[in-house]
Amino acid sequence: MREPQDYDDIPGTIVFDADRSRQGYWLNQFCMSLMNAANRAAFKGDEAGYLNDWAMTPEQRQAVLDRDWNRMIALGGNIYFLAKIFSSDGKSFQQVAAIMTVSTQEAYAQMMIAGGRHPDGNRYQSEWDAKRTNDPEAGK
Amino acid sequence: MARIFAGLSTSHVPAIGAAIDLGKTTQPYWKPLFAGYEFTKEWIKDAKPDVVILVYNDHASAFSLELIPTFALGCAPEFAPADEGWGARPVPVVKGHPELAAHLAQSLILDEFDLTIANKMDVDHGLTVPLSLVYGQPQEWPCRVIPLAVNVVQYPPPTGNRCLNLGKAIRRAVESYPEDLRVMVFGTGGMSHQLHGLRAGLINKEFDNRFMDFVIDAPEKAAAIRPVEYLREAGSEGIELVMWLIMRGALHERVRCIKRFYHVPASNTALGHMILENEVMHGQ
Repeated sequence: MREPQDYDDIPGTIVFDADRSRQGYWLNQFCMSLMNAANRAAFKGDEAGYLNDWAMTPEQRQAVLDRDWNRMIALGGNIYFLAKIFSSDGKSFQQVAAIMTVSTQEAYAQMMIAGGRHPDGNRYQSEWDAKRTNDPEAGK
Repeated sequence: MARIFAGLSTSHVPAIGAAIDLGKTTQPYWKPLFAGYEFTKEWIKDAKPDVVILVYNDHASAFSLELIPTFALGCAPEFAPADEGWGARPVPVVKGHPELAAHLAQSLILDEFDLTIANKMDVDHGLTVPLSLVYGQPQEWPCRVIPLAVNVVQYPPPTGNRCLNLGKAIRRAVESYPEDLRVMVFGTGGMSHQLHGLRAGLINKEFDNRFMDFVIDAPEKAAAIRPVEYLREAGSEGIELVMWLIMRGALHERVRCIKRFYHVPASNTALGHMILENEVMHGQ
Protein backbone atom coordinates (compact mmCIF):
# COMPACT_ATOMS: atom_id res chain seq x y z
CA MET A 1 0.00 0.00 0.00
CA ARG A 2 1.18 3.48 -0.84
CA GLU A 3 1.57 5.84 2.11
CA PRO A 4 0.00 9.28 1.66
CA GLN A 5 2.61 11.99 1.00
CA ASP A 6 2.60 15.75 1.49
CA TYR A 7 3.11 16.24 -2.26
CA ASP A 8 0.12 14.15 -3.36
CA ASP A 9 -2.09 17.26 -3.64
CA ILE A 10 0.12 19.01 -6.22
CA PRO A 11 -1.96 18.96 -9.42
CA GLY A 12 -0.72 17.45 -12.67
CA THR A 13 2.43 16.18 -10.96
CA ILE A 14 3.59 12.66 -10.20
CA VAL A 15 6.63 12.72 -7.94
CA PHE A 16 9.11 9.96 -8.80
CA ASP A 17 9.60 8.58 -5.31
CA ALA A 18 10.79 5.19 -4.08
CA ASP A 19 7.34 3.60 -4.60
CA ARG A 20 7.08 4.83 -8.19
CA SER A 21 10.68 3.81 -8.81
CA ARG A 22 9.90 0.28 -7.66
CA GLN A 23 6.72 0.18 -9.77
CA GLY A 24 8.52 1.51 -12.84
CA TYR A 25 11.80 -0.32 -12.41
CA TRP A 26 11.71 -2.44 -15.57
CA LEU A 27 9.97 0.22 -17.65
CA ASN A 28 12.81 2.60 -16.83
CA GLN A 29 15.51 -0.03 -17.26
CA PHE A 30 14.09 -0.83 -20.70
CA CYS A 31 14.41 2.89 -21.51
CA MET A 32 18.02 2.80 -20.35
CA SER A 33 18.77 0.03 -22.86
CA LEU A 34 17.97 2.50 -25.68
CA MET A 35 21.20 4.40 -24.98
CA ASN A 36 22.88 1.75 -27.11
CA ALA A 37 22.53 2.17 -30.90
CA ALA A 38 22.15 -1.56 -31.59
CA ASN A 39 19.35 -1.80 -29.03
CA ARG A 40 17.63 1.23 -30.54
CA ALA A 41 17.67 -0.50 -33.94
CA ALA A 42 16.31 -3.72 -32.46
CA PHE A 43 13.52 -1.83 -30.70
CA LYS A 44 12.59 0.11 -33.84
CA GLY A 45 12.59 -3.13 -35.87
CA ASP A 46 10.13 -4.93 -33.59
CA GLU A 47 8.83 -2.79 -30.74
CA ALA A 48 6.39 -5.33 -29.27
CA GLY A 49 8.91 -8.14 -29.51
CA TYR A 50 11.65 -6.06 -27.89
CA LEU A 51 9.32 -5.04 -25.04
CA ASN A 52 8.38 -8.66 -24.39
CA ASP A 53 11.96 -9.31 -23.30
CA TRP A 54 11.51 -6.95 -20.36
CA ALA A 55 9.65 -7.81 -17.14
CA MET A 56 7.17 -4.99 -17.61
CA THR A 57 3.42 -5.14 -17.04
CA PRO A 58 1.13 -5.38 -20.11
CA GLU A 59 -0.12 -1.85 -19.29
CA GLN A 60 3.42 -0.49 -19.31
CA ARG A 61 4.17 -2.19 -22.64
CA GLN A 62 0.98 -0.83 -24.19
CA ALA A 63 1.71 2.70 -22.94
CA VAL A 64 5.15 2.54 -24.61
CA LEU A 65 3.67 1.28 -27.89
CA ASP A 66 1.04 4.06 -27.72
CA ARG A 67 3.68 6.68 -26.76
CA ASP A 68 1.22 7.66 -24.01
CA TRP A 69 3.66 9.69 -21.91
CA ASN A 70 1.28 10.60 -19.09
CA ARG A 71 0.28 6.94 -18.79
CA MET A 72 3.93 5.84 -18.66
CA ILE A 73 4.54 8.40 -15.91
CA ALA A 74 1.48 7.13 -14.02
CA LEU A 75 2.86 3.58 -14.29
CA GLY A 76 6.20 4.48 -12.73
CA GLY A 77 8.11 5.95 -15.67
CA ASN A 78 10.52 8.78 -14.99
CA ILE A 79 10.83 11.61 -17.50
CA TYR A 80 14.65 11.36 -17.79
CA PHE A 81 14.35 7.68 -18.61
CA LEU A 82 11.40 8.18 -20.96
CA ALA A 83 13.61 10.74 -22.73
CA LYS A 84 15.55 7.78 -24.17
CA ILE A 85 12.37 6.67 -25.99
CA PHE A 86 11.41 10.08 -27.33
CA SER A 87 15.00 10.91 -28.29
CA SER A 88 15.11 7.76 -30.37
CA ASP A 89 11.83 8.96 -31.93
CA GLY A 90 13.56 12.27 -32.74
CA LYS A 91 11.42 14.28 -30.30
CA SER A 92 12.56 16.97 -27.86
CA PHE A 93 11.59 17.56 -24.24
CA GLN A 94 9.51 20.52 -25.34
CA GLN A 95 7.62 18.54 -27.97
CA VAL A 96 6.77 15.87 -25.42
CA ALA A 97 5.84 18.47 -22.79
CA ALA A 98 3.36 19.89 -25.31
CA ILE A 99 1.83 16.43 -25.78
CA MET A 100 1.66 15.78 -22.02
CA THR A 101 -0.12 19.08 -21.39
CA VAL A 102 -2.62 18.37 -24.19
CA SER A 103 -1.36 21.41 -26.07
CA THR A 104 0.22 21.98 -29.46
CA GLN A 105 3.94 22.50 -29.84
CA GLU A 106 3.35 26.06 -31.05
CA ALA A 107 1.00 26.95 -28.20
CA TYR A 108 3.28 25.38 -25.61
CA ALA A 109 6.41 27.12 -26.97
CA GLN A 110 4.49 30.40 -26.98
CA MET A 111 3.42 29.87 -23.36
CA MET A 112 7.07 29.37 -22.37
CA ILE A 113 8.20 32.50 -24.27
CA ALA A 114 5.45 34.43 -22.47
CA GLY A 115 6.95 33.39 -19.12
CA GLY A 116 5.73 29.84 -18.60
CA ARG A 117 2.84 28.44 -16.59
CA HIS A 118 2.25 30.75 -13.62
CA PRO A 119 2.11 29.04 -10.22
CA ASP A 120 -1.09 30.85 -9.19
CA GLY A 121 -3.98 28.41 -9.43
CA ASN A 122 -1.54 25.54 -10.03
CA ARG A 123 -0.32 24.72 -6.53
CA TYR A 124 -3.12 22.52 -5.16
CA GLN A 125 -5.40 19.90 -6.68
CA SER A 126 -8.34 21.71 -5.03
CA GLU A 127 -7.62 24.74 -7.24
CA TRP A 128 -7.89 22.59 -10.36
CA ASP A 129 -11.06 20.90 -9.06
CA ALA A 130 -12.67 24.31 -8.40
CA LYS A 131 -11.73 25.46 -11.92
CA ARG A 132 -13.42 22.38 -13.35
CA THR A 133 -16.60 22.95 -11.30
CA ASN A 134 -16.84 26.61 -12.34
CA ASP A 135 -16.05 25.91 -15.97
CA PRO A 136 -17.07 22.47 -17.15
CA GLU A 137 -15.01 22.98 -20.32
CA ALA A 138 -11.74 23.49 -18.38
CA GLY A 139 -9.38 20.60 -18.13
CA LYS A 140 -10.90 18.72 -21.06
CA MET B 1 47.31 25.41 0.71
CA ALA B 2 44.30 25.10 -1.55
CA ARG B 3 41.62 27.79 -1.36
CA ILE B 4 38.09 28.20 -2.65
CA PHE B 5 37.88 31.81 -3.84
CA ALA B 6 34.52 31.94 -5.60
CA GLY B 7 31.39 30.04 -6.49
CA LEU B 8 29.26 30.02 -9.60
CA SER B 9 25.71 28.83 -10.13
CA THR B 10 24.03 28.10 -13.42
CA SER B 11 21.23 26.11 -14.96
CA HIS B 12 22.33 23.19 -17.15
CA VAL B 13 19.49 22.78 -19.66
CA PRO B 14 20.40 20.24 -22.42
CA ALA B 15 18.92 22.45 -25.17
CA ILE B 16 21.59 25.06 -24.31
CA GLY B 17 24.28 22.50 -25.09
CA ALA B 18 22.55 21.67 -28.37
CA ALA B 19 22.34 25.38 -29.25
CA ILE B 20 26.11 25.75 -28.67
CA ASP B 21 27.01 22.55 -30.51
CA LEU B 22 24.81 23.41 -33.51
CA GLY B 23 25.96 27.04 -33.72
CA LYS B 24 22.59 28.59 -32.84
CA THR B 25 23.75 30.96 -30.11
CA THR B 26 23.10 34.13 -32.15
CA GLN B 27 19.56 33.16 -33.13
CA PRO B 28 16.90 35.49 -31.68
CA TYR B 29 15.59 32.81 -29.28
CA TRP B 30 19.03 32.12 -27.77
CA LYS B 31 20.89 35.41 -28.12
CA PRO B 32 19.61 37.09 -24.91
CA LEU B 33 20.41 33.94 -22.92
CA PHE B 34 24.01 33.73 -24.08
CA ALA B 35 24.44 37.48 -23.59
CA GLY B 36 23.96 36.74 -19.89
CA TYR B 37 27.25 34.79 -19.89
CA GLU B 38 29.49 37.29 -21.70
CA PHE B 39 30.69 38.87 -18.46
CA THR B 40 31.42 35.43 -17.02
CA LYS B 41 33.46 34.30 -20.02
CA GLU B 42 35.73 37.34 -19.57
CA TRP B 43 35.81 37.09 -15.78
CA ILE B 44 36.93 33.46 -15.81
CA LYS B 45 39.99 34.34 -17.93
CA ASP B 46 41.35 36.36 -15.00
CA ALA B 47 39.95 34.20 -12.24
CA LYS B 48 41.62 31.09 -13.73
CA PRO B 49 40.61 28.38 -11.29
CA ASP B 50 43.00 25.43 -11.26
CA VAL B 51 40.23 23.09 -10.19
CA VAL B 52 36.44 23.30 -10.36
CA ILE B 53 34.36 21.11 -8.06
CA LEU B 54 31.29 20.79 -10.26
CA VAL B 55 28.06 19.91 -8.48
CA TYR B 56 25.47 18.56 -10.91
CA ASN B 57 23.04 15.74 -11.36
CA ASP B 58 23.18 12.77 -13.68
CA HIS B 59 20.06 12.34 -15.84
CA ALA B 60 19.87 8.56 -16.23
CA SER B 61 23.20 8.52 -18.06
CA ALA B 62 25.89 7.15 -15.72
CA PHE B 63 23.37 5.86 -13.18
CA SER B 64 20.30 3.82 -14.04
CA LEU B 65 17.91 2.62 -11.33
CA GLU B 66 20.38 -0.14 -10.44
CA LEU B 67 22.38 2.20 -8.26
CA ILE B 68 21.28 5.61 -6.97
CA PRO B 69 24.01 7.31 -4.94
CA THR B 70 22.87 10.45 -3.15
CA PHE B 71 26.35 12.01 -3.51
CA ALA B 72 28.96 10.53 -5.88
CA LEU B 73 32.42 12.10 -6.03
CA GLY B 74 34.36 11.61 -9.26
CA CYS B 75 37.89 10.52 -8.35
CA ALA B 76 39.06 9.35 -11.79
CA PRO B 77 41.80 10.98 -13.93
CA GLU B 78 39.23 11.67 -16.64
CA PHE B 79 35.54 11.50 -17.42
CA ALA B 80 34.10 10.92 -20.88
CA PRO B 81 31.10 12.91 -22.13
CA ALA B 82 28.13 10.51 -22.03
CA ASP B 83 26.12 9.30 -25.00
CA GLU B 84 22.69 10.31 -23.77
CA GLY B 85 20.84 8.53 -26.54
CA TRP B 86 21.60 10.92 -29.38
CA GLY B 87 25.43 10.65 -29.36
CA ALA B 88 27.91 12.28 -26.97
CA ARG B 89 28.28 16.08 -27.07
CA PRO B 90 31.30 17.16 -29.16
CA VAL B 91 33.17 18.55 -26.16
CA PRO B 92 36.61 17.73 -24.73
CA VAL B 93 37.12 14.88 -22.30
CA VAL B 94 36.88 16.21 -18.74
CA LYS B 95 40.19 15.93 -16.86
CA GLY B 96 39.85 15.21 -13.17
CA HIS B 97 42.12 15.97 -10.25
CA PRO B 98 42.46 12.52 -8.67
CA GLU B 99 44.84 13.69 -5.90
CA LEU B 100 42.56 16.45 -4.60
CA ALA B 101 39.52 14.21 -5.16
CA ALA B 102 41.08 11.46 -3.04
CA HIS B 103 41.84 14.00 -0.33
CA LEU B 104 38.25 15.29 -0.48
CA ALA B 105 36.82 11.78 -0.26
CA GLN B 106 38.92 10.94 2.77
CA SER B 107 38.31 14.26 4.55
CA LEU B 108 34.59 14.33 3.86
CA ILE B 109 33.94 10.77 4.98
CA LEU B 110 35.86 11.35 8.22
CA ASP B 111 33.82 14.56 8.57
CA GLU B 112 30.72 12.28 8.46
CA PHE B 113 29.61 12.94 4.87
CA ASP B 114 29.45 9.42 3.50
CA LEU B 115 30.05 9.94 -0.20
CA THR B 116 30.08 7.30 -2.89
CA ILE B 117 33.42 7.20 -4.69
CA ALA B 118 33.11 7.00 -8.48
CA ASN B 119 36.26 5.82 -10.27
CA LYS B 120 34.45 5.45 -13.58
CA MET B 121 31.66 7.81 -14.49
CA ASP B 122 30.59 9.28 -17.82
CA VAL B 123 29.38 12.85 -17.45
CA ASP B 124 26.25 14.12 -19.17
CA HIS B 125 24.88 17.57 -20.07
CA GLY B 126 24.43 18.36 -16.38
CA LEU B 127 28.20 18.73 -16.13
CA THR B 128 29.25 19.71 -19.65
CA VAL B 129 26.68 22.45 -20.33
CA PRO B 130 27.94 24.62 -17.44
CA LEU B 131 31.53 24.20 -18.72
CA SER B 132 30.43 25.23 -22.21
CA LEU B 133 28.57 28.28 -20.88
CA VAL B 134 31.62 29.46 -18.94
CA TYR B 135 34.49 28.41 -21.24
CA GLY B 136 32.89 28.32 -24.70
CA GLN B 137 34.26 25.77 -27.16
CA PRO B 138 37.98 25.22 -26.37
CA GLN B 139 40.08 22.27 -27.60
CA GLU B 140 40.73 21.32 -23.98
CA TRP B 141 38.92 22.51 -20.84
CA PRO B 142 41.30 25.00 -19.17
CA CYS B 143 40.80 23.60 -15.67
CA ARG B 144 40.66 20.29 -13.88
CA VAL B 145 37.16 19.22 -12.82
CA ILE B 146 36.04 17.12 -9.87
CA PRO B 147 32.46 16.02 -10.57
CA LEU B 148 30.10 15.76 -7.61
CA ALA B 149 26.93 14.04 -8.79
CA VAL B 150 23.85 14.54 -6.60
CA ASN B 151 20.74 12.38 -6.92
CA VAL B 152 17.79 14.61 -7.72
CA VAL B 153 16.08 12.13 -10.06
CA GLN B 154 14.49 9.84 -7.50
CA TYR B 155 12.75 11.68 -4.67
CA PRO B 156 13.90 12.64 -2.13
CA PRO B 157 17.14 14.38 -3.01
CA PRO B 158 19.30 15.41 -0.06
CA THR B 159 17.75 18.34 1.82
CA GLY B 160 18.92 21.88 1.22
CA ASN B 161 20.30 21.93 4.74
CA ARG B 162 22.35 18.79 4.11
CA CYS B 163 23.69 20.33 0.92
CA LEU B 164 24.66 23.58 2.65
CA ASN B 165 26.49 21.61 5.33
CA LEU B 166 28.24 19.44 2.76
CA GLY B 167 29.46 22.64 1.14
CA LYS B 168 30.91 23.78 4.46
CA ALA B 169 32.66 20.43 4.82
CA ILE B 170 34.05 20.76 1.29
CA ARG B 171 35.55 24.11 2.26
CA ARG B 172 37.24 22.54 5.31
CA ALA B 173 38.51 19.67 3.17
CA VAL B 174 39.92 21.93 0.45
CA GLU B 175 41.62 24.18 2.99
CA SER B 176 43.40 21.20 4.50
CA TYR B 177 45.01 20.27 1.17
CA PRO B 178 48.68 21.32 1.20
CA GLU B 179 49.20 22.21 -2.48
CA ASP B 180 48.51 25.81 -3.54
CA LEU B 181 45.46 25.50 -5.75
CA ARG B 182 42.81 28.02 -6.74
CA VAL B 183 39.50 26.21 -6.47
CA MET B 184 35.97 27.14 -7.49
CA VAL B 185 32.72 25.35 -6.82
CA PHE B 186 29.97 25.36 -9.44
CA GLY B 187 26.42 24.62 -8.24
CA THR B 188 24.23 23.77 -11.21
CA GLY B 189 20.63 22.91 -12.12
CA GLY B 190 17.27 24.64 -11.78
CA MET B 191 15.76 27.08 -11.66
CA SER B 192 11.99 26.52 -11.62
CA HIS B 193 10.83 23.94 -14.15
CA GLN B 194 8.59 20.94 -14.53
CA LEU B 195 9.12 18.52 -17.40
CA HIS B 196 6.32 16.04 -16.96
CA GLY B 197 2.57 15.78 -16.59
CA LEU B 198 -0.30 18.23 -17.03
CA ARG B 199 1.54 20.94 -15.07
CA ALA B 200 4.66 20.87 -17.29
CA GLY B 201 5.98 24.33 -18.10
CA LEU B 202 5.59 25.73 -14.60
CA ILE B 203 7.83 28.76 -14.01
CA ASN B 204 7.91 30.73 -10.74
CA LYS B 205 9.86 33.97 -11.13
CA GLU B 206 9.08 35.17 -7.62
CA PHE B 207 10.34 31.95 -6.05
CA ASP B 208 13.48 31.92 -8.20
CA ASN B 209 14.44 35.51 -7.45
CA ARG B 210 13.81 35.11 -3.74
CA PHE B 211 15.93 31.96 -3.83
CA MET B 212 18.78 33.91 -5.43
CA ASP B 213 18.45 36.62 -2.76
CA PHE B 214 18.62 33.96 -0.05
CA VAL B 215 21.60 32.19 -1.60
CA ILE B 216 23.56 35.44 -1.57
CA ASP B 217 22.73 36.89 1.85
CA ALA B 218 20.71 34.36 3.84
CA PRO B 219 21.73 30.83 2.83
CA GLU B 220 20.24 29.38 6.01
CA LYS B 221 16.82 30.61 4.81
CA ALA B 222 17.31 28.85 1.48
CA ALA B 223 18.45 25.74 3.36
CA ALA B 224 15.19 25.76 5.35
CA ILE B 225 13.00 25.41 2.24
CA ARG B 226 11.25 22.06 2.59
CA PRO B 227 11.31 19.50 -0.26
CA VAL B 228 7.54 19.76 -0.83
CA GLU B 229 7.87 23.52 -1.19
CA TYR B 230 10.34 23.14 -4.07
CA LEU B 231 8.00 20.65 -5.77
CA ARG B 232 4.90 22.83 -5.36
CA GLU B 233 6.47 26.24 -6.01
CA ALA B 234 9.36 25.56 -8.38
CA GLY B 235 8.03 22.48 -10.21
CA SER B 236 8.95 18.84 -9.77
CA GLU B 237 12.37 19.34 -11.40
CA GLY B 238 12.99 22.69 -9.70
CA ILE B 239 14.17 20.76 -6.65
CA GLU B 240 17.55 20.58 -8.41
CA LEU B 241 18.16 23.97 -6.79
CA VAL B 242 19.40 22.23 -3.63
CA MET B 243 22.67 21.75 -5.52
CA TRP B 244 23.29 25.51 -5.48
CA LEU B 245 23.52 25.27 -1.71
CA ILE B 246 26.57 23.00 -1.84
CA MET B 247 28.32 25.78 -3.76
CA ARG B 248 27.10 28.38 -1.27
CA GLY B 249 28.17 26.38 1.77
CA ALA B 250 31.71 26.17 0.42
CA LEU B 251 32.05 29.98 0.47
CA HIS B 252 32.54 32.42 3.33
CA GLU B 253 29.57 33.58 5.38
CA ARG B 254 29.68 36.92 3.57
CA VAL B 255 29.95 36.98 -0.20
CA ARG B 256 29.80 39.55 -2.96
CA CYS B 257 27.54 38.81 -5.92
CA ILE B 258 29.39 40.12 -8.97
CA LYS B 259 27.06 38.67 -11.59
CA ARG B 260 23.38 37.84 -11.44
CA PHE B 261 21.31 36.82 -14.44
CA TYR B 262 17.81 35.42 -14.86
CA HIS B 263 16.11 34.51 -18.11
CA VAL B 264 12.92 32.73 -19.17
CA PRO B 265 12.72 30.48 -21.10
CA ALA B 266 15.47 28.05 -21.89
CA SER B 267 13.30 25.38 -23.49
CA ASN B 268 11.08 24.36 -20.51
CA THR B 269 13.16 26.02 -17.83
CA ALA B 270 13.87 29.28 -16.02
CA LEU B 271 17.60 29.93 -16.26
CA GLY B 272 19.54 31.46 -13.40
CA HIS B 273 23.23 32.29 -13.13
CA MET B 274 25.35 33.96 -10.44
CA ILE B 275 29.00 34.46 -9.52
CA LEU B 276 29.72 34.87 -5.82
CA GLU B 277 33.14 35.95 -4.52
CA ASN B 278 34.30 35.55 -0.98
CA GLU B 279 34.20 38.90 0.80
CA VAL B 280 37.75 39.79 1.76
CA MET B 281 37.73 41.60 5.11
CA HIS B 282 40.30 44.24 5.97
CA GLY B 283 43.07 42.84 8.07
CA GLN B 284 42.73 39.33 6.62
